[in-house]
Amino acid sequence: MSELTQHHYSHCPQYSKILDTLGFDPTIKHTVEDIPFIPVRLFKDYELLSVERSKIVKTMISSGTTGQSVSRIFLDRSTAANQTRVLTKIASDFIGTKRLPMLIIDTSSVIKDRNLFSARGAGILGFSMIGHDVTYALDEDMQLAFTEVEAFCNKHKDENILIFGFTHMIWEYFYKNLAKSGRQLALGNGILIHGGGWKKLSEQAVDNDTFKRMLNNVCGVKRVCNYYGMVEQTGSIFMECEAGYLHCSIFSDIIMRRTDFSVCGMHEAGLVQLMSLLPLSYPGHSILTEDTGEIVGEDDCSCGRLGKYFAIHGRIENAELRGCSDTYAS
Amino acid sequence: MIPMLLKDNVTYLVGDETILSKPLEPYEESLCEFLYELSSTLFASKEAAAYPDIMAFAFWCRKANIAKLKADFGDRRTRLGLGLVFHIAPSNVPVNFAFSFAFGLLSGNANIVRVPSRPFPQTDIICDTIDQLFSYDRFSEIKATTAFVRYEQNDEITSSFCANCNARIIWGGDVTIRNVRNIPMPVRGVEIVFSDRYSFCVIDSPSVIKLDETELNTLAERFYNDTYVMDQNACSSPHLIVWQGEEKELAKERFWMAVSRAVTEKYQLETLNAVDKYTLLCHNAIDIDDITSFKEHGNHLYRITIDSLPDNMDELRGNCGYFYEYDTDVISDIAHVINTRYQTMTYFGVDKTYLLDFVVKNRLAGIDRIVPVGNALDINVIWDGYDIVKSLSRIIDVK
Repeated sequence: MSELTQHHYSHCPQYSKILDTLGFDPTIKHTVEDIPFIPVRLFKDYELLSVERSKIVKTMISSGTTGQSVSRIFLDRSTAANQTRVLTKIASDFIGTKRLPMLIIDTSSVIKDRNLFSARGAGILGFSMIGHDVTYALDEDMQLAFTEVEAFCNKHKDENILIFGFTHMIWEYFYKNLAKSGRQLALGNGILIHGGGWKKLSEQAVDNDTFKRMLNNVCGVKRVCNYYGMVEQTGSIFMECEAGYLHCSIFSDIIMRRTDFSVCGMHEAGLVQLMSLLPLSYPGHSILTEDTGEIVGEDDCSCGRLGKYFAIHGRIENAELRGCSDTYAS
Repeated sequence: MIPMLLKDNVTYLVGDETILSKPLEPYEESLCEFLYELSSTLFASKEAAAYPDIMAFAFWCRKANIAKLKADFGDRRTRLGLGLVFHIAPSNVPVNFAFSFAFGLLSGNANIVRVPSRPFPQTDIICDTIDQLFSYDRFSEIKATTAFVRYEQNDEITSSFCANCNARIIWGGDVTIRNVRNIPMPVRGVEIVFSDRYSFCVIDSPSVIKLDETELNTLAERFYNDTYVMDQNACSSPHLIVWQGEEKELAKERFWMAVSRAVTEKYQLETLNAVDKYTLLCHNAIDIDDITSFKEHGNHLYRITIDSLPDNMDELRGNCGYFYEYDTDVISDIAHVINTRYQTMTYFGVDKTYLLDFVVKNRLAGIDRIVPVGNALDINVIWDGYDIVKSLSRIIDVK
C-alpha cells in the first residue's frame, strides 16, 4: 500500500496536492490505517490519472442512472489485466477453477461499446472470462428470453452452471418475469453470483434472505452468492461466503471508520474505507465510500476462509442541512 | 384563485381561500398587540419551549422589541400597507416563515404564507398558536386577512397566488428565485427577494489575546451560534475569517481551541457531513493554489488558510464547521473581492465605524450588515439591505 501511495503521489498531480494539503509525507513508512483515502465522489468531479493519457486502454464509468454525474475510472493495460486476473482468482475460490457454462442475467447490449465500460458492462465482461458458452438471458427490451434460456438449461443439465447478474436486474427482469409467467426454470445446478448494491431492493423491502428464497422458488437455484465492490476497485471484489459474510481477499482490505474517521472496533458500525492493491493507473487504492458496515471477525469465519469478514448495512443516511439556501423545490 | 383541479394539493394550515385585503397603517396598534400576544402565548407553551428557534421568534416579537421597532420606524409620513403579500418561505429554516409573516403583518398587509413543504414540528406549533389566537374577537380582522398554506412545488399554484398579490417575498436559492420570477404578478406588484448570500467575519487578534477564559468562552459560544447552529448554512453565517492585528497565530490558537471545545460539547456532526467536508477539502486542495495551511481539530472543525483571496471567494463556502482564513493588516485589502453577494460582516475587537468606513469609502457593491460576532443570525425588519416594512407599504404624499 505504501508503494502504491508513493506511486500515485509521484504520478497523479491532484493526488499529490491532496496529500500535501493533508500534510502526509508518502516517503516515510505509515501504517495502513494512516494512509489517506480518496472520497469516491472525487472520481465524479475530476479525471484522476496516474499514467499518461495515451496509456489508457479502457475507461469505466459508473452507472449514472439518476441524472447525477458519473465516475470515470481510467485503466491502462496492466491495471485492466490485473483486474481480470484477480477477479478470476477470487471467484475461483467460490466456484472452482473449472470454467462453467455461464448464463448472464442481462442484455448483451450493455457491452456494445468496448472502450467505454459501464460498471455493469465491466462486471459482465470480467465474469465472462471465467465462464464458457456465455448466454444472455435478457433481450434488448429487457424481456426474459425464455426459449433460449430453457435450451441453455437443457444443454447443460448435467453440469454446474454459473449465473451472473446485477442484484436489482435479476430481481426486476428475471425473478419478476418468471414469477409472473408462472413458468419454472431448472437451474438447481446453478451458482448465482450477483452484486451492485441493495438500494433499489431495500426500497421494496427485499433483503438477502428473501432474495435467495424467492429465486430458489422460481428456478431452484440453491447457491446464491452476493458480492460487494466498487467500480473504483473493479477486480478486487468481496464475496459472500457460505456463512453469509463478505470476505476480504489477499488483494484487498477494509476499515470501518467513525464520524471522526477514527477506526471502529469489531462489530462497531462505521463508514466503509476500501483498499485494493490493483489500481495503478488511477489513485483508487484507498477510497472512502458512502456505505456503512461492520467488521464481523477476522480469520475465524465458520466458512474456513482467513482474513477479515464483514457485513454492509447500506448507504449513509442523507442528512438535511439547516440553513436558508433553497428551496422552492422541496 | 387556485384552479379547481389543484385545490386538493393545497393545505390551509391557517385561514382559507377567502382572504380579505384591507391595508392598515404599519405598526397599527392591533397588529402590534397580536404579535405581543403571539409572543407570550409561545413563551407559555411547553411544546414551543423545546425549540430554541421558536423561542427566538417569540423573543423577537415581544412587546419591548416591537415597540422599539415602531418608535424607530416613524418618518412622519403617512403610509398604508400595499395590500396582499404572498410569501414563499425557505424550505430548510423552520421558523423563517413566521418572521416573514410578522414583517408582512407589521407593514399593514394581508398575508398568504407558503410554509416549507417539509414537515417541521415548528411549523405546526406556530400555526396552531396563531389559529388559537384567531378565536379571539379582537383578532378577527387579522384572521380574515391571513392564510398559511402548504403545497409541494407547483408553478400553477404559485401562479394563482401571485396573480392577485400586491407584493411577494421570496426566500430561497438563486434557482428558486429565477423560477418564481418567471411567474407573472400584477404590474404594480412589488417583489422582495432574499437570495443566497455570502458572509464573513473580521477578528482583531490582540483583542482575542486580551480575553480572560470566561470572555474567550463567551466569544466562542457566540461564534458557535453564528455558524454551527445552522450548520454554517445560513446566509449570514461566516465562511471566511479575516484576521487583523499583531500575533495572529497566538490569537487563532486561543480562539479555535475555545470554539473546538464548544463544538465538541454541543454539536453532532452527521457522518455524511463529515464525508462532505473531507470531499470539499480534497476539492480545495486540487483547485486552490494559495492554500498555506490546513488544520483540523477533529472532523468537526476544518480550517484552511489562504494566501490571497481569489475573485470568486464567495464561491468558497463550507458547511458544518469548515472555515477559510485570511491574514491582513488593513481591511481594505479585501475590498476587491466584495460583490453584491456579500451580506453580513461580523466583527470582534474591531471598531464598527472603521468597518462602516471600509464599506462606504471603498464604495463597495456588497455588505448590507455589520454586526458583532454572535448576532449574525438575528433577523430583523431591516434585512439584506431592505427596510422590509417600508418596502411593503406605500407613502401617501400630502402637500
